[in-house]
Amino acid sequence: MELNSNIPSGPLEQKWDKHKADMKLVNPANKRKFKVIVVGTGLAGASAAATLAELGYNVTAVTYHDSPRRAHSIAAQGGINAAKNYQNDGDSVWRLFYDTVKGGDFRAREANVHRLAQVSVNIIDQCVAQGVPFAREYGGYLDNRSFGGAQVSRTFYARGQTGQQLLLGAYQALSRQIGLGKVTQLNRREMMDLIVIDGRARGIVTRDLLTGKIESVLGDAVLLCTGGYGNVFYLSTNAKNCNVTAAYRAYKRGAYFANPCYTQIHPTCIPVSGDYQSKLTLMSESLRNDGRIWVPKKHGDTRKPADIPENERDYYLERKYPSFGNLSPRDIASRAAKEACDDGRGVGPGGRGVYLDFADAINRLGKHTIEDRYGNLFEMYERITGDDPYSVPMRIYPAVHYTMGGLWVDYNLMSTVPGLFVLGEANFSDHGANRLGASALMQGLADGYFVIPYTLGGYFGQVGPSPLPSYDAPEVKAAEKMAADKVQSLLSIGGKRTPTSFHRELGTLMWDKCGMARNRKGLQEALQEIPAIREEFWKNLYVPGTGEQLNQSLELASRVADFLEFAEVLVGDALHREESCGGHFREEYQTEDGEAKRNDDQFTYVAAWQYNGDGAAPSLHKEALNFENVHLATRSYK
Amino acid sequence: MNLRLHIWRQAGPADQGMMKTYDLAGVNEHMSFLEMLDVLNEQLLNAGEEPVAFEHDCREGICGTCGMVINGRPHGPIARTTACQLHMRSFKDGDEIYIEPWRATAFPVVRDLVVDRSAFDRVIQKGGFISANTGTAPDGNAILVPKTDADHAMDAAACIGCGACVAACPNASAMLFVSAKMGHLSYLPQGQAERSTRAMNMVLQMDAEGFGGCSNHYECEAACPKGISVEFIARMNRDVAASALFGRD
Repeated sequence: MELNSNIPSGPLEQKWDKHKADMKLVNPANKRKFKVIVVGTGLAGASAAATLAELGYNVTAVTYHDSPRRAHSIAAQGGINAAKNYQNDGDSVWRLFYDTVKGGDFRAREANVHRLAQVSVNIIDQCVAQGVPFAREYGGYLDNRSFGGAQVSRTFYARGQTGQQLLLGAYQALSRQIGLGKVTQLNRREMMDLIVIDGRARGIVTRDLLTGKIESVLGDAVLLCTGGYGNVFYLSTNAKNCNVTAAYRAYKRGAYFANPCYTQIHPTCIPVSGDYQSKLTLMSESLRNDGRIWVPKKHGDTRKPADIPENERDYYLERKYPSFGNLSPRDIASRAAKEACDDGRGVGPGGRGVYLDFADAINRLGKHTIEDRYGNLFEMYERITGDDPYSVPMRIYPAVHYTMGGLWVDYNLMSTVPGLFVLGEANFSDHGANRLGASALMQGLADGYFVIPYTLGGYFGQVGPSPLPSYDAPEVKAAEKMAADKVQSLLSIGGKRTPTSFHRELGTLMWDKCGMARNRKGLQEALQEIPAIREEFWKNLYVPGTGEQLNQSLELASRVADFLEFAEVLVGDALHREESCGGHFREEYQTEDGEAKRNDDQFTYVAAWQYNGDGAAPSLHKEALNFENVHLATRSYK
Repeated sequence: MNLRLHIWRQAGPADQGMMKTYDLAGVNEHMSFLEMLDVLNEQLLNAGEEPVAFEHDCREGICGTCGMVINGRPHGPIARTTACQLHMRSFKDGDEIYIEPWRATAFPVVRDLVVDRSAFDRVIQKGGFISANTGTAPDGNAILVPKTDADHAMDAAACIGCGACVAACPNASAMLFVSAKMGHLSYLPQGQAERSTRAMNMVLQMDAEGFGGCSNHYECEAACPKGISVEFIARMNRDVAASALFGRD
């Protein structure tokens, strides 16, 4: 199948407006005849479900959580970008667009990113109207702060819990529609499969996590808003339940998976403390506004940080990237930390850590100001580590955080399966090879509030209303049987090892061979080892209990089974992309001073992988990226 | 350190349930409380037993999914800390720890430490929002919010919906939760239009769900991992009274 991105013609600035004017509309009386299934209720899902219901569509929203408000968007700390230029510091839609394309190392689609920058301003307005308690100046105006990869202050925030506040805004809008009977909300349901009938996505198979009942939900379109796949690395900043199952099952039903190797390693996380570690905790990037990152100049220096004099410290980001300094983008800051630790200058147990020091900021601004800005983050740090960051520098290390890759979508956010739309982190479209801080919240809400309400109407206008398929249709029954069989197989292996032990084994392999730095040999080894783990999994897994009850081991096993297949797609993509760009760093392709070296002649494309059956290699489809408005440059933050 | 754990085990909603005792050795002080339970569960699985069901997700103290009563206190002994952020350095070798689910009529037990908190969602559905359809909003800076009001709203909005307030209250009252949701919106100019109806509708649903009333124990504030103040309850009571007396409908 030829990939058609459906990017509207015309000048960049006019594409979205022109597209909105060209799209077909669905008249208000007809909207309720269309049933939309929204999977996932994070920022993208909740905003889409609420907005589509407001428009009059008949919406069913599904989440595996006990409440739609628990989605992992809630954990975002730092903020949300928007090109408001309230600070009068030279921001504009163009500059946000340009920063995002450059931050993504020139591997994103220009038209999508420009639209994102355009609607960013509407998002802030919408969220304020909903009552999101953004930080305010004394005059009552909205406050901003700066974030990595930008030289303007365009980040809106609500203390250290911007994600929770934005999600509550969307959740409250969704709750209003549930209360009005416009949205049917299904909690504690896991999507097990996608139902495709006559070439169109027509529904999903769900498993009720309390009763185990396998049940289908049918409709006219399916929106996957199911987040990223960072947990393929086992240890990540993602919530424990985040998984790839929905996206991976859609891939197996014909949706192409794009750029899976673009994974983001966040530079400021609390280091691993032991092998019982279940997840990693992020310390917001906003801390880099006032914190200075350093390691000792001397190798193996074990003195306390306070005993190391100023001239024996290496503020390596300020040294290497003087114009962006501590606010260098995430991929660059992460690699610099790894480099310092690989060089034997890391701090803390195991030498895998660097200091994030607030002493200068506290001297300059006073403890009170720092407390006001980051109080809850400092508290969180102290709770986890037992150290007080007001008196001792934080110790941080990079960790898997976000996945730029995802299901391939066109300009309308539709995947290669007609009627299957993908929003938020689950799609691949806007961040290229590296996402800038405070842009994930922006993208999730842009997709849900301001893009899908238009483009979904365009799709319905084209296909027109049609009767729902029968729940007895052979495609429905077959997908349900497949889901039930998977559950039964997992329960009946009767081996000795726990689902977590396999997840951890896979994650360790992925981190070692396909983590912050990758090379051909390691990736080839990973491609040998993943099938071996998978084989052992299906031979030696132990899941207790039955499928007719709340069974958390079973839920995890089912997700790990999909990670074990998906990991191969990710590694295959990393092996094929013989260049370094953004979060994908191939050791073979670097400049003399260790910076990522892109190969624009050969790799300025989106790699979209098509499933060809179990055991068969996926086929590669390329969507060429045409940069008509920005000049492809070597990304420099020096 | 070595611990003796007494944990509530209940196979399902219909089961009666009972405390069961487990000895756990080799617990590291840097583990979180939930990681300690992970270790126990791996041991149970390796012994062919059913692990302890408990809910958790972000493990960063913000999603509000985790919740268990630890030695009689929701989320355990450390103030303003969720169970996932509680670390084993708060315990010592030889400790006996009692772990139970939230107990409240409106939060029926699903299994072991898992309870059903969907009553909270239904309260929100009755009025815990500002009716602002997408696309209707004026410019963000067209609505000025004095910083102190924004700060008060944010103090209330910090609620993570975990339900510890209900578990801590001898009356199993949800008034701290409901008043926090209400207070968040009532401190903002955008929330004024629906303030009166919101207050009444949310409180009626709160009562319908079977939550008790407030009799000023303040256990909720002490247990709240986000330190939400009971002052919001007073504010809510004023709003409800005003709604009853002067409400438009």
